[in-house]
Amino acid sequence: MLGRTANSLFWMFRYLERAENTARLLEAALRMALTRDVVSAEAEWRSVIATLGLQEPYEAAHEGYDGLSVWNFVLRGASNPGNVRMMLAAARANARAARINISSDVWEAVNASWIRLDPLLARPVGQGAVGALLAAIREACTQVHGAFDGSILRDEGFHFARAGTFIERADSTARILDMKYFLLLPSLAHVGSSLDTGQWEQVLRSVAGARAYAWLNAGQIEARGIVEFVVLDERFPRSLAFCRKALRATLDALARMHGAEGRSTALIHAADERFGALSVDQIFEGGLHEFLLEFLARNAAIAHAIAEDYRFHA
Amino acid sequence: MHARGSTFDEMFDGEGNTRPAYAEYCRWYDEQPPELMRRKNREADDTFRRTGITFNVYGENEAEERLIPFDMVPRIITAAEWRRLSRGIEQRVRALNSFLYDLYHRQEIVRAGRLPERLLRNNDAWLGNMVGFTPPGGIYTHIVGIDLVRTGPDEFYVLEDNARTPSGVSYMLENRETMMGMFPDLFSRIAVESVSNYPRRLARSLAACAPPAFSGTKPTVAVLTPGIYNSAYFEHAFLADQMGAELVEGSDLRVVDGRVQMRTTRGYQPIDVLYRRVDDEFLDPLTFNPESLLGVPGIMDVYRAGGITIANAPGTGVADDKAIYSFMPEIVEFYTGERPLLPNVQTWRCADRESLKYVLDHLPELVVKEVHGSGGYGMLIGPTASKREIAAFRQKLEARPENYIAQPTLALSTCPIYTAKGLSPRHVDLRPFVLVSPEGIDITPGGLTRVALKKGSLVVNSSQGGGTKDTWVLKD
Repeated sequence: MLGRTANSLFWMFRYLERAENTARLLEAALRMALTRDVVSAEAEWRSVIATLGLQEPYEAAHEGYDGLSVWNFVLRGASNPGNVRMMLAAARANARAARINISSDVWEAVNASWIRLDPLLARPVGQGAVGALLAAIREACTQVHGAFDGSILRDEGFHFARAGTFIERADSTARILDMKYFLLLPSLAHVGSSLDTGQWEQVLRSVAGARAYAWLNAGQIEARGIVEFVVLDERFPRSLAFCRKALRATLDALARMHGAEGRSTALIHAADERFGALSVDQIFEGGLHEFLLEFLARNAAIAHAIAEDYRFHA
Repeated sequence: MHARGSTFDEMFDGEGNTRPAYAEYCRWYDEQPPELMRRKNREADDTFRRTGITFNVYGENEAEERLIPFDMVPRIITAAEWRRLSRGIEQRVRALNSFLYDLYHRQEIVRAGRLPERLLRNNDAWLGNMVGFTPPGGIYTHIVGIDLVRTGPDEFYVLEDNARTPSGVSYMLENRETMMGMFPDLFSRIAVESVSNYPRRLARSLAACAPPAFSGTKPTVAVLTPGIYNSAYFEHAFLADQMGAELVEGSDLRVVDGRVQMRTTRGYQPIDVLYRRVDDEFLDPLTFNPESLLGVPGIMDVYRAGGITIANAPGTGVADDKAIYSFMPEIVEFYTGERPLLPNVQTWRCADRESLKYVLDHLPELVVKEVHGSGGYGMLIGPTASKREIAAFRQKLEARPENYIAQPTLALSTCPIYTAKGLSPRHVDLRPFVLVSPEGIDITPGGLTRVALKKGSLVVNSSQGGGTKDTWVLKD
């Protein structure tokens, strides 16, 4: 496979994953804002912008933080270089560039999603339309993954796509946690206050884990349990541990196919060793924020090494 | 331009009777509930949009992807008509290839006084560095499109030869796929020659032209595209996909160890045959346009040293020149020793003083074309042009007569299209696709039918509002 094509597959799936995660983040905030007073709703929208690292461009374009401004900025803001409309267009452009290495099913799923969503994202999104639109974005991404699982040859292209998916998903989960890390610190002062359980639920919703967590923990919401679930539970497909294991399997498979282990393989093995045996207590001891920063840095380094090992660029 | 005089309709004769080729189709058509046909017609557009069969049009701001309109009434050719056409096409393509070889070697045709030497000197597509070089297998035009028009029951003319990079074959294939998906029952009632193995035949034809440097069992074939923003990107990706070849861009390629190699995830790997959809002038910045980022620096040296096959060979565009076209009857006779089976459209070369005088006197009834032009641009269509346009064109003609040829306004045949009010005749042409390799000349039955969607219009180019039809060659 061409290095450029591998790069396209990797980024096609990163952009799809990013669009999906962004939609989930907005959906969680939307729900939160509906059940809160104006002041905490504003804080919620502010944290969405902060999680996405968009404070600067957002504040240059808007006075305050309200839902309508935030979701329009995130979904389609002209001064937001990474808006969701752009992500979907970039996913499609990458799919087009890798057209001969994806099945027609996958291409048509990406293309049809773009045809449906792009016009909706071209206009301002009102209060009445935003919920359905966010759901449609999520569904579009799910559809591509479904077509992908059912029709893609399990060769190196499959693994480049998966690598992009899990690098992006881990990055997103870690950022969402990091934005709320101070709420999740086990401090007596906060335990049991209704604001915090609401915020904690919010974290779970943003990573689509509220139901699974409630089921596993019989409805008991507490900070320590949430961190354990979102960071360490290998059964939960958006946890950091799940992403790391999936990425390792994919990078090992690539190394086997190529008959050589590159720097990316060494880095994922090192990450596995470093994080694999950590307990939730150890994470809190060293600091959740510090842990997340290290995780994000290692994740980014692996992405960089994949691009080098497999000659994404000339 | 508008047809004048009597127009030949391929489906109905002058009394409104269905011609034999369309008899079974029309029976089927009459059985279909009108509502169903309306719905099918709407569905067709969605199918094309979803599968991404688009071409890019560059407006003032951003590139826009457009569909080439598809008409769901097939254009039908009988087996006997096709046999006759394909013999003529094969003869013409054989002559074209011999002609190109001769032009870049001894130029016997010029020495024999059958072709003026100035036509080569004035030809933009002429490539000095192809002189004396023989491409692998002696093949210049691996893929050719011969544009045909029809004016009567037995009257077919060649309107244009496309020896450089004929496009549109993906529409021929997708039109058939769409028709089979929309009307499966139709194909079980009428036996139509298949076109679907074109990509396999293309792959085999290209593989048969491996360069001297190739050693092994299966040559590596790649399609070179200018990239996803090129107007024909869909076709490039489509063909690479269907052939199982790599789809490469200039930035993927580099000359390593005397071969053109592509950057794969495992390192650089040599390419044996490059089906390039990049024009000559962008192919090698070291030899041609130094600004080009679309090509491969040094590829021409590798080519001349036998390290790669380029399809079509650089310099074949010479044959697409419309002044050369006007000599095709002589060219066919010179190289095949036979009379041409397919006639040219009568052509006045404005470089000849007497022809120029005739053309200037008859501008309102002629079509005048630039010798290097293509895509329907830069031409004058006398019958529909305003007095002012004709006057402006007259000045251009007088200033550079050798730059133009003129042809009569032909009464192109019509074939009905589906409209909200039922079937309605529109003018059509036909581009059959021809593959050439040392194993022989291979013509896919049918080709691409282009149709002028505007009533009375004779301009079928997709860049100017033309559409396409599925083209059927009936089995005996």
